[in-house]
Amino acid sequence: MLKNLKQSLILSLITIILFGFLYPVLVYAFGQLMPKKSSGSPVTVNGRITGFENIGQSFTDDKYFNNRPSAVNYNAASTGGSNKGPANPEYLSEVKARIDTFLVHNPGINKKDIPSELVTASGSGIDPDISPDAAYIQIRRISGIRNISADKLKELVSQNTEKKYLGFLGIDRINVLKLNIALDQLK
Amino acid sequence: MNTEILSVIFIVTAIVVLAYPLGRYISKVFKGEKTFLDFFAPVENIIFRISGIDPYRDMDWKENMKAMLTINFIWFMWAMLILSLQNLFFWNPDNIAAMEPAQAFNTAVSFMTNTNLQHYSGETGASYLTQLIVFCFLQFVSAGTGIAAAALLFKGLANKSGSNLGNFYSLMLKSSTRILLPLAILVSVILLINGTPMTFSGAQEVITLQGDTVNVARGPVAPMVAIKQLGTNGGGFFGTNSAHPFENPNFITNTVEIISILLIPVAMVFALGFYLNRKKFAYIIFGVMFIGYLSLLIPSVYFEMNGNPEIEKMGISQPLGSMEGKEVRFGSASSALWGITTTCTSNGSVNSMHDSSTPLSGMMQMLGMQLNAFFGGVGVGFINMFTFIVLAIFISGLMVGRTPELLGKKIEAREVKIAVLVALMHPLIILSGTALAAHIWASTANPGEILKWLNNPSYHGFSEMFYEFTSGAANNGSGFEGLGDNTPFWNIGTGIAMLLGRFIPIIGPVAIAGLLSQKKYTPESSGSLKIDSGIFGVVLLSVVLILGALLFFPGLALGPVSEFFSILR
Repeated sequence: MLKNLKQSLILSLITIILFGFLYPVLVYAFGQLMPKKSSGSPVTVNGRITGFENIGQSFTDDKYFNNRPSAVNYNAASTGGSNKGPANPEYLSEVKARIDTFLVHNPGINKKDIPSELVTASGSGIDPDISPDAAYIQIRRISGIRNISADKLKELVSQNTEKKYLGFLGIDRINVLKLNIALDQLK
Repeated sequence: MNTEILSVIFIVTAIVVLAYPLGRYISKVFKGEKTFLDFFAPVENIIFRISGIDPYRDMDWKENMKAMLTINFIWFMWAMLILSLQNLFFWNPDNIAAMEPAQAFNTAVSFMTNTNLQHYSGETGASYLTQLIVFCFLQFVSAGTGIAAAALLFKGLANKSGSNLGNFYSLMLKSSTRILLPLAILVSVILLINGTPMTFSGAQEVITLQGDTVNVARGPVAPMVAIKQLGTNGGGFFGTNSAHPFENPNFITNTVEIISILLIPVAMVFALGFYLNRKKFAYIIFGVMFIGYLSLLIPSVYFEMNGNPEIEKMGISQPLGSMEGKEVRFGSASSALWGITTTCTSNGSVNSMHDSSTPLSGMMQMLGMQLNAFFGGVGVGFINMFTFIVLAIFISGLMVGRTPELLGKKIEAREVKIAVLVALMHPLIILSGTALAAHIWASTANPGEILKWLNNPSYHGFSEMFYEFTSGAANNGSGFEGLGDNTPFWNIGTGIAMLLGRFIPIIGPVAIAGLLSQKKYTPESSGSLKIDSGIFGVVLLSVVLILGALLFFPGLALGPVSEFFSILR
C-alpha cells in the first residue's frame, strides 16, 4: 500500500509538470508564431483598442447596426446565456417586448420579417455575429439617420458578409463590430 | 438539401472515417507494438524509473484497481490543495480568490472523475495557474485513467487463461502521452490559427465603438479547449464553454471540436476489434451505438431547426431555428449536433445553452446521459456498454436455454450479479438524487426566495434538477445552467453522484473481465451464442433501451414531455 502511494505520488508530480506546464508552454510557443501572437485579436480604431474581433459588444444606438439581445449585457468578463426554457412565461413576455421595441425603432418593418435572433439572447451573451437578414432589415433606419443611400448600405452589408466555408459548412454571418467600424468610415 | 443538415452529415461522416485508423493505432499502443511515436519511449522509461514503477509488471484486476484508486486519491488531494490556495500563487493576473470548501470539493471531484461539472465560472472562479496545473492536468490523466481501464478490460477478454490484466500505471501514462497528447497539440494549433487566445496577460479593458467600458477576460485558453474535447472532459476555460467566441471562434473550430469529442470514443470500439482480432464483433457494437446515437440526434436536429412554437405564435420568422441560447456562427442544426454528441459521450462541453433547448431536444440530451452507452466517455463508454453486453448474453442464454458464454468463457452467477448491480446503480443515483431535490424544493415554503435553485417554473424547473443529477452520475458535466447550483446541497450531492458514477462502473466491469480471464477456455462451437451476429446486436440494443428508457421514462414524462405538450401548436 505504502509502495503504491509513493509510486503514485511521484508519477503524479511528473505528469503535473508534463501536462500542466510543458504542454501549455509548448502551445504558447506555437501561439507566438501566430500573426497577432494569440492575444485574442484586438481591434484598433484611431490608435485605441475598441474591442476584440470575435467578442461581441453592445450596439443599442439607432445609428449603428444593432446586434442580439444579451443576458449579461455584453459583459465579456462574465459571460452567460439567459438559460430560460422555451415555455417560460416571463421569458416569452420579454421576447414580446423586444419585438415591440424593435418595431418602434424600425417603423415600416413587417413583424414577420424580423429574424428571431434579433429578439433572442445568445448562449455566450457576447455573440459577435448576426445573419445578413438581420442587417438588411435595419438599413432603412440607418439610412434615414445617417443620410446614406440604402443602396450604399446594402453594398456595405454584402461586402461584410462572411460566406459559408466551402459553400456548405456553417451559416452566412456578419461580424457586427467590423460592420459598424466600416459604417463609421463610410462618408 | 439544406446546407445546415449537410454540415451535420459531413461532420458525422468525418468522425467515423477518422476513428477507424485511430482505433487500429490505439490497439497497437495497448499491445505494445511498434508505432511511429516510439520516440516517446525513452521519456516514459525515465518517468517510470524515477517513480519506481516497473511498467512490465502485470497485475491482476484487484491490484490494478488499487493502483487506480490510490493515484486518483492523490489527484483529488492535489486539486483540493490548489483550489483552496489559488489566491496565493502566481499566474493570477485577475486576482481570483480561493474557492470555499464545498465548491472546492465539488470541483476537485468533478475534474478527477472526468466529469467537469462546473459550479464556478472560469473567468471569475479560477486562476490561470489552477486552469493549467489542476484542470488541464486532470483532463489528461482522468481521460488516461478511462482509456487504461478499457485496456485492462480488453486484456481480460483476450486472455485464454491467467489473471494478468496489464499494468495500470503504464497504460494510464501511455494513453496520455501516445494518444491524447499528440492529438491535443494538433487541435491546439488549429484553434490558435483560428484566433483562440493563448496568453498569460490578464483581462483587457476596452472602450467600445459606442463608448461603453468593458473588460474582456482571456488567458491560456487553447491548450485546455483541445484536451477538454479530446478527453471527453468538457470543462471549459470560460463559464459559457464552447459557446464563448474565444473557445470556439468559427465554424471550422466548431467542426474540429465536435470531431474531437467523438473521435476517441468511436475509435475505442474499433480498437476492440483490432485488439481481439474480432472485427465483426466490433462492427456490431459500433452499429448498436451508432443507431442509438442517430436516433437521439435526428429528432434533436429536427426540433431545433423548427424553432420554438411559442415564438412562432408571436408572428416572427425563425429561419435559423430556435436561437435562444445559441450562437449565429453555429446555427441550430450544428448546435443540436453538439448537444447530442456531448451528452452521448459524457463530454459535457456545450456550444449552446441546453437549458434553452426545445423540450424534446432537452429530453434527447438527458437520454444520452441516462443510457450512457452510445459511445460514452473515453474508455468508460465501452466499459458501460460491456455491462449491457454481459446482461444481453445472459438474457439470450436464458431464452435459448444455453449456457451463456462470452468469447469462450462461461458467464456465471457472480458476473451477472456484478453487471446487474452496476447497471442499476446509475438510475438509482439519478432518480434518488432528483427525488430528494424535488422533495426539498416542494417542502420548503417560498423556495424561490430561500433556495433560489430554479431559473424556470413548472415542468422545466423539474428538468433542471433532473438534468443536474443525470449529468453528475453520467460524469458528463453539462447542465441546465439556469440551476443555482453553487450551494452546499448541489455541491455535495452531485459530488457524491460523480464519485459513485465514476468508480463503480469502472471497478465492476474490470472485475468481471478479471474473473472471466481466469476461467477455463472452451473453443466456440456450433452450440455457442454468436455474439458477432446481427441478432445479438438487436438483443443488445433492446436491453439498453428497455433497461434505460423504462427506468427513466416516468421522470422524463414529468419534465420535458409535459413541457412539449404544453407548448404544442
